[in-house]
Amino acid sequence: MITYIIRRIFQLIPVLFGVTILVFLMMHLTPGNPAQLMAGETAPPEVVERIEKRLGLHDPLPVQYVNFLKKVVTLDFGVSMRNSLPIIDELRPKFWVTIELAIYSTLLSIFMGIIAGIVSAVRKYSFADVAIMLVALFGLSMPNFWLGLMLMQWFSINLGWFPPTGWGSPGQVVLPVITLGTAGAAVIARMTRSSMLEVISQDYIRTARAKGVRERVIIYRHALKNALIPVVTVTGLQFGTLLSGTVLTETVFAINGMGRYVIDSIMARDFPAVQASIIVISIMFVLVNLIVDISYRYLNKRIDLNG
Amino acid sequence: MGKEENILSVKDLQTSFFIDDGSEVKAVDGVTFDVPKGKTIGIVGESGSGKSITALSILKLIDNPGKIKGGQILYKGDNLVDYNERKMRKIRGNQISMIFQEPMTSLNPTYTVGEQISESYKIHQGLGKKESKRKVIEMLKLVGIPSPEKRIDQYPFELSGGMRQRVMIAMALACRPEMLIADEPTTALDVTIQAQILELIKELQDELGMSVIMITHDLGVVAETCDYVAVMYCGKVVEYADVRTLFKNPRHPYTVGLLNSLPRSDVDQEELIPIKGTVPSPDEMPTGCRFAPRCPFATEKCHNELPELEQIGLGEQIRCWIYTDEWTGDPEVKVYEP
Amino acid sequence: MNRKELLKVENLKQYFPIKGGIFGRTINHVKAVDDVTFTVYEGETVSIVGESGCGKSTTGRAILRLDEPTDGKVEFNGEDIVSLSKSKLRRTRKDMQIIFQDPYASLNPRQTVRQILNEAMEIQNVVPRSERNDRIAELMETVGLKPFQADRFPHEFSGGQRQRIGIARALSVDPKLIICDEAVSALDVSIQAQVLNLLKKFQREFNLTYLFISHDLGVVRHISDRIIVMYLGKIVEIGDKDSIFKNPQHPYTKALLSAIPVPDPDIKKNRIILKGDVPSPIDPPEGCRFHTRCPFVVDKCRSVSPELETRNHMKKGHQAACHFIEEIHSGEHEATRDLRNVRQES
Repeated sequence: MITYIIRRIFQLIPVLFGVTILVFLMMHLTPGNPAQLMAGETAPPEVVERIEKRLGLHDPLPVQYVNFLKKVVTLDFGVSMRNSLPIIDELRPKFWVTIELAIYSTLLSIFMGIIAGIVSAVRKYSFADVAIMLVALFGLSMPNFWLGLMLMQWFSINLGWFPPTGWGSPGQVVLPVITLGTAGAAVIARMTRSSMLEVISQDYIRTARAKGVRERVIIYRHALKNALIPVVTVTGLQFGTLLSGTVLTETVFAINGMGRYVIDSIMARDFPAVQASIIVISIMFVLVNLIVDISYRYLNKRIDLNG
Repeated sequence: MGKEENILSVKDLQTSFFIDDGSEVKAVDGVTFDVPKGKTIGIVGESGSGKSITALSILKLIDNPGKIKGGQILYKGDNLVDYNERKMRKIRGNQISMIFQEPMTSLNPTYTVGEQISESYKIHQGLGKKESKRKVIEMLKLVGIPSPEKRIDQYPFELSGGMRQRVMIAMALACRPEMLIADEPTTALDVTIQAQILELIKELQDELGMSVIMITHDLGVVAETCDYVAVMYCGKVVEYADVRTLFKNPRHPYTVGLLNSLPRSDVDQEELIPIKGTVPSPDEMPTGCRFAPRCPFATEKCHNELPELEQIGLGEQIRCWIYTDEWTGDPEVKVYEP
Repeated sequence: MNRKELLKVENLKQYFPIKGGIFGRTINHVKAVDDVTFTVYEGETVSIVGESGCGKSTTGRAILRLDEPTDGKVEFNGEDIVSLSKSKLRRTRKDMQIIFQDPYASLNPRQTVRQILNEAMEIQNVVPRSERNDRIAELMETVGLKPFQADRFPHEFSGGQRQRIGIARALSVDPKLIICDEAVSALDVSIQAQVLNLLKKFQREFNLTYLFISHDLGVVRHISDRIIVMYLGKIVEIGDKDSIFKNPQHPYTKALLSAIPVPDPDIKKNRIILKGDVPSPIDPPEGCRFHTRCPFVVDKCRSVSPELETRNHMKKGHQAACHFIEEIHSGEHEATRDLRNVRQES
């Protein structure tokens, strides 16, 4: 297991290199000169020239990349073009907001998804099963900005139960988390259902029955642990979708998180800020995948054989 | 053959599967046999004969869309068919245990060997962790697993097929059941390992005084381990006899056919005499004797009327028109009669 | 008798790499087949028997180069198969066919039997296109199926019938050698007997040669002329049917034969029950590979690997790889002596 974790961490290195290279090139491949942008459309060429020099835009590309990398490693993403503040300081609070939103939504997805999936599987073809699967299909096919707007309309404006915007108080958390977590819950519910159905027909479940184990214990002890193995993978993949979902959700609910920061930065052509956001999001995604792989390994001990 | 006490009597058992389109597949269709206390009875047949479904029916482990439709399963005089789920759970793994064909897939991959065996002690004897661990080690020792203190914390995938089957046996026998149903316990194993496992089952049977139902397609295993044999074909018992009679003096044309088509490792054979044709599929099941289309002696009557399982001689039963007074075919085929 | 050597396998080795460690390098090998040599003569049936992991199926696959052998020579009809180019190999494969255990897995489920047979003949280009339909009808009848069934799909047949289709496909290209890899193992006895009889009949009619890979010693005794017994990637004994079944020499062969349950309740066999499991082929035991389970093991067995040899009391062509064949045969081996002493004392 330890060897495996170490190997997986080693494997992250090329991935992160790739991300930084792509992000770095992005700046150079997109049309428009950042120095010109910073100086303003009407700035004289000398000013632009000076800014170019300061930014190191005259150095050969590999040198620029190495310099860029050095800064990234120390979390120095430079200053924002919009307000000249260090990006890392601006990003930090927004980052935690998004992380909170993502974690709550994931927890909701897992919790709702697994319970719904189990109920569906255990009562295959019953009314509950059909109802759950219909709701899941609905949740899966509904765009989340629309779901967000609907929830806001109904629960904030019509019923006045929750505040329509912002982030921080418990009441503000509810609607964005539901908005963001629904699609994941639907995917996890469908996966849990099919995985459970497959596991229930396995020989070892029959063995447990032949031992005189109660049906409940069979479901929750013998079947669930095995059924969760593919669900873990799906949950990990779902996290990627979730991250992109935060952009819309944060915009709809006016939450000051990374998603909105990315949008605003793109709109303002604030390249350093966009770069920083993409790198942070990529690292997050890669780490989540690492955690998923490790827990997959933990659940599925069989594949641990060859170190 | 004296009168023996039967621990289990299966009488006219019928188990069917009801398919979505409304059709019914009669997997077990009138199975009758007795299991004398402390003895081993073999249920032998080819795939599709219903032998495994018979075994699962005894413990009422038939899943939807399957259903026990009729008949009796008398265990120590009580009819298990009338038992509810709660009462059945007290029987399963406690009084009647079962082991299966595939040791590779019959153990839960995510729990250790110790956890899986100790579960039986928890369910049936309410034992605590410490006590059951002691008993698990004792059990693993009994089934011949070396260094059980270490094995107890291993996962099934860390064990070989033979070891897994030993674990299955340890699990089945944990609560010292009175009866063991072994469903093709050695089919997936190599012959040298099969020899070990069969030997083990025999030893444990003597030690614990169990009765065993051995379900197998291997006539060699039957000859070696069983006291009585029920031969099944298409969901029905066609012949029931003690093991010597069955092999020395087989009566039903199907039993004879099986023995003739078996390539043997112990003697030279000139040629194999196969049974012609194939097992009929459930939707084209013959109305008369199920074996009639493949039987070399079949008459008009065989094709149209189903013979009953009749007692002939002492304790032998046979389902074939040849051995009735109504036989109109070639009288010479009765040569098997003692 | 001077017979033609059809297949000659020399020092065949098949190692499969195991990846592992932090960088996923090859850390070890599964020595599935380790230095195997034998010859198959035209028109005979040679069987390879052994338990799972002994390398019998791997040997069959390596002969056909379904897996590229690690080392060694495979000569077929005087031609070295291992060094053939892909295109030449394809032509040679016409003469060497294989039938697998699971006929369903080896038949394309989307093709009718006619398409399957057509394709086989197309690839090998053995029968002119115009005659192919006649040939298919003939093949179907040969294997005991009805010609009109040729337009059905594999799933419409029973297991035994599918195996017949597998045989028909193998026969369609007029091969010289057919490798039967557990070809009848999945079949019920009544059907198995039909297929075995069919195989025997074709051998007589078409002068076929079979390399029969099986774990079922009953089947092997019935069909074979000569038998190779393998254990952990090595041949432990080789000989004609009578030698192996009536005069086995290697302790493993003896144990294997004694372990088979016999369908006769009156025979109470003196069974040799082997201890333990087959060791892993990743780290096979030093010396004689069987020493961890052998009842006659002494120090020499743990260090020196025995060669295949014929001793005085054995027939010509009967070889076994054991240091103590003679001693065990005459009862002079120290282990048997010890056993006798114990008995006399008690």
